[in-house]
Amino acid sequence: MARIANPAGLGAHRQRLLAEREAGGKKTVAVCCGTGCNANGAEKVVAAFREELGKQGLADSYEIKPTGCHGFCERGTLVLLHPEKRLYQRVKPEAVAEIVEKTLQGGEALEQHFYDNPATGEKHEFEHDIPFYKHQERLILGQNGEIDPTDIDDYIAGGGYGALAKAFEMGPEKVLGEVKAANLRGRGGGGFPAGRKWETCRDVPSEKRYVICNADEGDPGAFMDRSILEGNPHVVIEGMIIGAYTIGSDEGYVYVRNEYPLAVRRLSIALEQARERGFLGEDILGSGFSFDIRVNRGGGAFVCGESTALMASIEGKVGEPRAKHIHTVVAGLHGRPTNLNNVETWANVPLIVERGADWYTSKGTKGSPGTKIFSLVGKVNNTGLVEAEMGMTLRQIIFDIGGGIPGGREFKAVQTGGPSGGCLPASKLDLAVDFDTLWEEGSMMGSGGMIVMDDRTCMVDVAKYFLGFLKFESCGKCTTCREGLRRLHELVQDITEGRGTEDTIGLIEELAETVDAASLCALGTTATNPIKSTLAHFRDEYLAHIRDRRCPGGVCKALIRYEITEACTGCLVCAKRCPEKCITGEKKQLHTIDQSRCIKCGICMDVCKFDSVRVV
Amino acid sequence: MMDLSKVDSIIDGYGTDAAALLAILQDVQAEANHLPREAMDRIAARLGVPLSRIYSMATFFETFHLEPRGRHICTVCMGTACHVRGAKRLVEQLERDLEISSGQTTADMQFTIEEVNCVGACALGPLVIVDGEYHGNMTSDRLSKVVKAVRKEGGGE
Amino acid sequence: MTAKFKVNGVEVEAEAGSSLLDAVRQNGFEVPSLCHHEAVTPYGACRLCLVEVTRGGRKKITTSCNYEVQGGIEVLTDSEQIRRHRAMVLELLLAEAPRSVSLRSFAAAHGVRNSRFARPDAPALLDEREGCILCGLCVRACEEMGRDAISLLQRGVSKEVGPPPGGEADSCIGCGSCHAVCPTGHIAMRDTAKAREIWGRMFDFVLCEGCGRPVITTAHRDHAIERGGLPADYYLRCAECKKSGLAARFAKVGS
Repeated sequence: MARIANPAGLGAHRQRLLAEREAGGKKTVAVCCGTGCNANGAEKVVAAFREELGKQGLADSYEIKPTGCHGFCERGTLVLLHPEKRLYQRVKPEAVAEIVEKTLQGGEALEQHFYDNPATGEKHEFEHDIPFYKHQERLILGQNGEIDPTDIDDYIAGGGYGALAKAFEMGPEKVLGEVKAANLRGRGGGGFPAGRKWETCRDVPSEKRYVICNADEGDPGAFMDRSILEGNPHVVIEGMIIGAYTIGSDEGYVYVRNEYPLAVRRLSIALEQARERGFLGEDILGSGFSFDIRVNRGGGAFVCGESTALMASIEGKVGEPRAKHIHTVVAGLHGRPTNLNNVETWANVPLIVERGADWYTSKGTKGSPGTKIFSLVGKVNNTGLVEAEMGMTLRQIIFDIGGGIPGGREFKAVQTGGPSGGCLPASKLDLAVDFDTLWEEGSMMGSGGMIVMDDRTCMVDVAKYFLGFLKFESCGKCTTCREGLRRLHELVQDITEGRGTEDTIGLIEELAETVDAASLCALGTTATNPIKSTLAHFRDEYLAHIRDRRCPGGVCKALIRYEITEACTGCLVCAKRCPEKCITGEKKQLHTIDQSRCIKCGICMDVCKFDSVRVV
Repeated sequence: MMDLSKVDSIIDGYGTDAAALLAILQDVQAEANHLPREAMDRIAARLGVPLSRIYSMATFFETFHLEPRGRHICTVCMGTACHVRGAKRLVEQLERDLEISSGQTTADMQFTIEEVNCVGACALGPLVIVDGEYHGNMTSDRLSKVVKAVRKEGGGE
Repeated sequence: MTAKFKVNGVEVEAEAGSSLLDAVRQNGFEVPSLCHHEAVTPYGACRLCLVEVTRGGRKKITTSCNYEVQGGIEVLTDSEQIRRHRAMVLELLLAEAPRSVSLRSFAAAHGVRNSRFARPDAPALLDEREGCILCGLCVRACEEMGRDAISLLQRGVSKEVGPPPGGEADSCIGCGSCHAVCPTGHIAMRDTAKAREIWGRMFDFVLCEGCGRPVITTAHRDHAIERGGLPADYYLRCAECKKSGLAARFAKVGS
């Protein structure tokens, strides 16, 4: 790959690429190959397309492009036909031959592959008509449907690295001014103004400065950063180069979770290609500025998402945070000024430089400009990645975009902000989602994880889950987090197992205050949000567990029973599958579960085709 | 015993700066499926880092295993989205089918059960990864079948 | 450079940049701690040394051991909040290390005699850890000694102190520093007339040429002589005998 020496060269290269594509006349068929669709066989779909195109002599007219995540994970494998953006969903390899013949060759749209709205029965042919996409503002994720992340020229053809060329033209002062004016706030959860962070870092007298991209996306239920790195690594790289130029750093790191092997691979390929083209290394685009980036893999520790722990692990030490009396912008990695930002934050930078702060602040709200990517998962119809303008309400996201709750069940709660966030009930659905509004309600937007829960969820169990998670992930250094979370988990367990008393809640609240106030890092100080928010909004559920020894959500094993109802047809299937062999009954007779031996595994309910097993 | 020349070449790839410790351990683990004592000794010697600190690293981070693991690793995602969709029941099913507890390896060294905190495929929960292959929307039933199929395939060995 | 600041309303002085905990104590105020020791760097783990600090109009609760003294700050060591959090931390520690007698009296001295988190009928999680509060002093002391024989292993509630698993404390020299700094008496060390047992290993003593009592372990002697560049006969006599020997020689000189 030839090196691009200067901005003029970049412009010329882009023109060349566009001309080539124009001349080639190929239409693009983008197949989503994010981790989710891959698990659904996307790679086989790509192979099937390539084979069919060859067979039907269409290889010169169509390009099959494996892309990153398109966001509509519920309906994978997604196939997006450009330029009209016709979307085929749930495409299986077996269906490809017909698609090539009828749609690509024959121009006929195949309805069976259209998105069908489960609520209205309506079918939609084009991506922009589908409610899931219609209400989104896909400034960042939108590119995922267009580019092949393993080919830097795809990114360049679409305008990529143009912001970098512009930044060199503007000079670091002006770039910093734009980023500050845009009020870009940290998308990793902290919401701290990035421009201010950059400025502080730049102003510390030092010969060496580092920039870091925090890709240790540990919040369970969140996969925004993974999808950006897998689908469009260059937008992050470009952002980091611009940031490093502004701050005066020549060395950057991307710290990626070890659990994201595909993201690591795509990022490494992208970095290699960026070096070849001259966007990394010495004298970038003839600016005199030199910078390069290294990839560090995490070791499977949620706490390494905390900046001081992350830096410790890059230094070859265990991920134990340190007190932040001196901030990492002043003394961070190897004791030097270090600017750390989240993946999504860096991804916003090229946009801001290219279009300007005025344009950027026209999106979102005054306090939270721009967009935010959310992972909308759990008990919701349209699970996937959503990018919405800040200020959209929970209701709009969960119901308009998310399509509401499946199976006709009722919305109960939404957990936002991961283990540092809280659960909000239906009465809060009209809250705007941004950095500040949810915070006032005892939750937070956090990194963007949004887990929807229905009436078959037990909120006490949810609190127990998060406490268990954080207890496991705690580095163990400070007493209040290590021992505090251990005891909080024990106390909530008492409640879920029917041993809770009225005093239990009081002790939980008292202990939570100390864990909150006295812990060393944000893992500890925010760990009590799930339990505090569930106690605030779902207190009667806790009381039901304590006073009535009852679990309203039907989840806590010690307090529920599985029962077979009159709908039973006596088919013997559950009796055969029961691991404890505790279901008795003759053929065509009502079966019964021996409660004394039942282990509440739920298999009988899973395998019953007549819906006759229920939880009491 | 692990071939130490492999450890040496991994170290040579990163240099002997102690900052590379995490990456070196990861590559050694990828090579040997766990972290053997002799590899740790070699790393300690070449990096000039005390053995006790290498063990701090090896036991702090969840990716590392000091004992050899099974040929087939069954990893159940325990992220929130998978949790509300019943991930715990999948772990229990594996424990029943393989007759070991989560985190353990079968006596014939064929299977290991692991739990991981979110792999980021949340829309497909509950999810189990078997031999690197992602299986989404899992039920206890289908999981048993997957395990049976893997066992059968490997049985010829 | 001296910094002037306030503690509990009283104007005090201390070296700027020094440890707030040390400064506060030097000025006569009591603040408890367990993981702090003058010989090693502050760690901030036990959370007992919490104080309220107001700086630039903003108040926060922070550990004082690793907080650097600055002029103009206002510190509260005994507010209602601090006393409450301190007591809670002690309750957590008592439940964590139920067998430690010294911890029990330490907690009692600060008004905490019981722990609402104690679960006497629950199986002991880690037998070896029944007295350990993970203050890390032993590890830091061993690091200071230049031996790194033990370290903190695992994380979270599984965290424990020890030699590399499945192995021995190979680089231990039996100096006993870890035992000396341990605030709960958790680290076991057994001395007989001829040898010391610690971390599952036996260390022979160098016996004093004068009185026959143990001077130092042979391993520690070798380490100290090498590290300190000391003469080979430095440890042939115990400190007492060295002193009386010296006194005797001075007496001879005088006569």
